[in-house]
Amino acid sequence: MAEATANNVVLTAPAEKEILTTADGTPLKVSLQRALRREKTRALLLIAPLFLFILITFLMPIFDMLYRGVDNTVMPQYMSRTVQALGEWDPTGEEIPDEPIFEELFLDLKEGAENKTIGRVGKRLNYEKSGMSSLFRKSQRRVKKIEDPPYKEALIKMDKKWGDINTWRLIHRERGKYTMSYYLAGLDMRTDEHGSIRAQDEKRQIYVKLFGRTLWMSALITVICLILAYPISYLLSTLPLRTSNILIILVLLPFWTSLLVRTTSWIALLQQHGVINDLLVWLNVVSEDGRLSMIHNKTGTIIAMVHILLPFMVLPLYSVMKTIPPSYMRAARSLGANPFLAFVRVYMPNTVPGIGAGCILVFIISIGYYITPALVGGTDGTFISNFIAYHISTSLNWGLAAALAVYLLAIVLVLYILYDKVVGINNMKLG
Amino acid sequence: MALPAYTTTGERIWHYTFRVICGLIFFFLIFPILVIVPLSFNTVPFFTFTPEMLSLDPEGFSLRWYKDFFTNLNWQGAVWNSFIIAIFSTLIATFLGTLAALGLSRPHVPYRTAIMGVLISPMIVPLIISAAGMFFFYSRLDLQGTHIGVILAHAALSTPFVVITVTATLVGFDESLIRASANLGASPTTTFFKIIVPLILPGVISGALFAFVTSFDEVVVVLFVGSFEQRTIPWQMFSGIREHISPTILAVATLLVIVAIMLLTTVELLRRRNERLRGMTPG
Repeated sequence: MAEATANNVVLTAPAEKEILTTADGTPLKVSLQRALRREKTRALLLIAPLFLFILITFLMPIFDMLYRGVDNTVMPQYMSRTVQALGEWDPTGEEIPDEPIFEELFLDLKEGAENKTIGRVGKRLNYEKSGMSSLFRKSQRRVKKIEDPPYKEALIKMDKKWGDINTWRLIHRERGKYTMSYYLAGLDMRTDEHGSIRAQDEKRQIYVKLFGRTLWMSALITVICLILAYPISYLLSTLPLRTSNILIILVLLPFWTSLLVRTTSWIALLQQHGVINDLLVWLNVVSEDGRLSMIHNKTGTIIAMVHILLPFMVLPLYSVMKTIPPSYMRAARSLGANPFLAFVRVYMPNTVPGIGAGCILVFIISIGYYITPALVGGTDGTFISNFIAYHISTSLNWGLAAALAVYLLAIVLVLYILYDKVVGINNMKLG
Repeated sequence: MALPAYTTTGERIWHYTFRVICGLIFFFLIFPILVIVPLSFNTVPFFTFTPEMLSLDPEGFSLRWYKDFFTNLNWQGAVWNSFIIAIFSTLIATFLGTLAALGLSRPHVPYRTAIMGVLISPMIVPLIISAAGMFFFYSRLDLQGTHIGVILAHAALSTPFVVITVTATLVGFDESLIRASANLGASPTTTFFKIIVPLILPGVISGALFAFVTSFDEVVVVLFVGSFEQRTIPWQMFSGIREHISPTILAVATLLVIVAIMLLTTVELLRRRNERLRGMTPG
């Protein structure tokens, strides 16, 4: 120990003598550090406004949505008395609660009926078990007529579901401020009467299948895009600059055209009495009655989306292919490879970064696509995003919509990390 | 790319087959966009070519749907909303995005990758998720169904494009120009306006164009964060296709294709100017 300290002293002593200072006498090191800190602060100050803006207008909504997926405040808020009283009840037994809990329920129902809030509880519980919404609506209407205890008897007489132990088990299970049920429902799972997690009934299993279909169709779209993009990117990269600059307009114009315009034109082309069917009938390829149905199904979605996403594949491929010197291919040929072999063994491996970037990009955009599947997808060509939209604006099951959106977001983020590994965020280019 | 004299017949055949395949793919890309132009001059309320149109009979064409577009209040409201929302969100996005890009391009930025990740996140997250999140959150703040809500949402969605384009312009920025300017007696403000601004302007303008187009084309977020009062052109097209298909949509689509051509030209010119300024050959 003592030796080490002595060594340190010996080592540092000569350095102190030679310390460099700036004109005003501060050590150079300190002064440089101060300048660096000032520089960093200045950079952060420039970034701060946008950072805050994105935080408030964009990230907070996303986090709010994460919370929506577990939010269950309806129950403790509008059923406060029952929920509290139920804490002592044993859901594993076979006995429904006793009179005191029914009295709390009666008070909750009465208050909820007056404020017209009890329907929300019914709606919330109906996601778990059908019939709950009507039970609470009925209770809202009839609770006024009940005046005297015993409430247990009166309520069960009004609707026998109040005497069903499973109704009580459900309320008991969903009494907390948070719930797992939306996230479970998004995976086609549910909690049964005894509180264990199991798969949803066969007929109600839709989301896992839908996620599967979304991923599968996106993969198909990505592969088709790659097959179509590869030759034209190759052509663009080998043609003289003047010609390729003109041809690339054919790629960029669709890229800049509103996607609704492109979707509309595919509707005009593909529908039953659309341009392609008319042409086929005129050419006698199909009969008047045998018009092809190419829209409002999977085919329509795939065709329209390949068209919309093709530029996103061509542009990264083209930018990679442009950098491959033509001499590589010539070298391979002069070393005896036939054109095919030279292409597969020399050219293709060089384009892998472009293929990777393009494929991940197209796949990411594709799995989150909403508009085109909604307009041309019919029922079997829809994606998970269409169900998120459906639950937001039609079924109003916002919790489930949020849970599905979070799952989709998780998939996209994983893919994005992959994209970052392959291409790097900073290398992202536009146009 | 003329074929050398020594190519074999097989190679020749492949060469021309390849060109034909490429031609077909280019046709696939461009045909759907071009086909709506003649269709929009239809006389009948369908998305098809009538026999009169095919025989090029002038009777078969009309400006009926264009007239409908320019007189229908629903569409006129949509045009007005589209421009208001796009202009304001572009202004916000360009201002904040350019500032942030200037900050990000400084040599010492702590946590640069993390910050960049946050700033471009609106571009990565699928629109349906952004739309869902914003719908829930903006409803809490009473911003759902207001112009301000839609403008803020669109500004958030378009800032990544401004950040990326302006940062890209600044990559080749020669720092010594700033020192030279200071050395010649210019104040930081003068340097900013006389030296930095002219050099990054092409990047800022193309960033602003990207922002404008993002907002102008965007429909998912408008569908959720907006309501009928905030209907934009894409909103109106979307509900038009879903409810009652009228060729007015085709007329609008044709006009939008013209807008796209103008945008493409502008961006291309800006890109070339930028590369010329930085001493590169236009490519």
